Amino acid sequence: MSDLCSQCHEREAVVRLTQVHEDQVVTLRLCERCAAERGVDTGVGMSATPLGGFLAALGHVGAAMGPPGPGDAEVCPGCGATLPDFRETGRIGCATCWDAFRGALAPLVRRLHGSTHHTGSRYEPPGRSPPDPATERRVLEGQLAQAVATENFELAAELRDRLRGAVP
Amino acid sequence: MIDFDLLPDGGLGWLDASGPQSHLVLSTRVRLARNLADHRFAVRAGEAERESVLREVGRAAAESVSLRRAVHLRLDTLPSLDRRLLHERHLVSRELAAPDAGEVPRRAAALLLQERVGVMVNEEDHLRLQGVGSGLVLDDVFAAVSRVDTELGQRLAFAFHPQFGYLTSCPTNVGTGLRASVLIHLPGLVLTKEINRVLQGLAQVGLTYRGLYGEGSEVVGNFFQLSNQTTLGQSETELLDHLGRIVAQVIGHEEKARQILLRDAPSILEDKVWRAFGLLRYARALGVDEAMNLLSGVRLGVGLGLVPDVGMYTLNRLLIYTQPAHLLAMAGGEVDEAELPVRRARYVREILDADAGRRS
Repeated sequence: MSDLCSQCHEREAVVRLTQVHEDQVVTLRLCERCAAERGVDTGVGMSATPLGGFLAALGHVGAAMGPPGPGDAEVCPGCGATLPDFRETGRIGCATCWDAFRGALAPLVRRLHGSTHHTGSRYEPPGRSPPDPATERRVLEGQLAQAVATENFELAAELRDRLRGAVP
Repeated sequence: MIDFDLLPDGGLGWLDASGPQSHLVLSTRVRLARNLADHRFAVRAGEAERESVLREVGRAAAESVSLRRAVHLRLDTLPSLDRRLLHERHLVSRELAAPDAGEVPRRAAALLLQERVGVMVNEEDHLRLQGVGSGLVLDDVFAAVSRVDTELGQRLAFAFHPQFGYLTSCPTNVGTGLRASVLIHLPGLVLTKEINRVLQGLAQVGLTYRGLYGEGSEVVGNFFQLSNQTTLGQSETELLDHLGRIVAQVIGHEEKARQILLRDAPSILEDKVWRAFGLLRYARALGVDEAMNLLSGVRLGVGLGLVPDVGMYTLNRLLIYTQPAHLLAMAGGEVDEAELPVRRARYVREILDADAGRRS
């Protein structure tokens, strides 16, 4: 949503307001100031995903990326992409980028989804044997202990949930 | 021109109003975003790499049960009108179709379609597995798409990360890669002015809404696509259950709003519905949004039993066939777009006449 505000036609629209006018749904795209004038809180309803809807609507996910994390690469060894590339396009270059820029991506993922860990179905590519359940459990237990030690309780809760779902 | 007879039901089986709650819910869609681990994602892949991706997906599809009889369409070799038709039928996204004048589809952009499941190849992600069904059928459609996912995932190495799950080009899709959406008609909530409250409530529970044609499209004709906003941190089942529960609540609110309208303003409601019917039946020129708004009025009338002689299937088909590319295609593609309102009105009259004839 990179259009101009449909009220002032000057500033960039950041919020979509749907209203009923003469029994028809009318959608307005408003800048923050015009939205506020109409009593619309541009942060309404974002509690579950503080930035998700906002950023998705803006189409500027890349612009919300924070600074590189401690272990982050300058350039992705898989595709040659850099963090500035992502900030510009909002799109990741390849699968390796997700590890190369993990330190910067994880906080963004948390803001978008309210979590940093996938809890859905697991997948093993063809030709690779699935991980040993006992080994996986030990890895999770190690991560849990570390999360508790560093008082990262949200992550600890997620890991506990995953451990409950893991094979004993 | 593209031969839609090659596609099962012309790719429009989901319009047949056969599913549960289909008086309110037109369709349920589920898509899974997947990428190949060994290829750069769409924004960085060159033409040769995208061709490789398409070849690999084609080979895997040919070995699968779900897609071995799929129709293969390369968007980058189709004329603009055909691409617009596919987009109007909701078979491909705007990004894949590049439907606007002067737009060129991405090299090796393709659609594989078999019955109610398909794969868009070289969209924003290498694969967008998708399925559609009539009415509110989240579990059925997800099961069908999951079969495609499992079969292709056994033959292709998908990009999967132990922490982030299925890796996608945009971080908004990472994790499950799952986006489920329900296309629902909510005129009662609009007429009772309750819709804003409902839409704000959706945002609070992690859902979002769009218009009939998905991301970026405006809401027209009181048709809303409700879908999950987040894709990571909840399992596929949790995401689907949550959406299903909220949609059931929205359906309850819509039914209640309709009963309030019938109780408190029956003559106004009846007048509105019959005016819409009269205009559709006799107008000589109709704009696309105007037609959708009138179809919305008649649809409400049919749902309430006020307009007896129009089928839901007919109304659903009219929604798609009155779109610009469909009217252009019916005219052989050699018509000035300025003539479309007249052609649209004529087409609607013919279909409603035929429908009334079948039912009398």
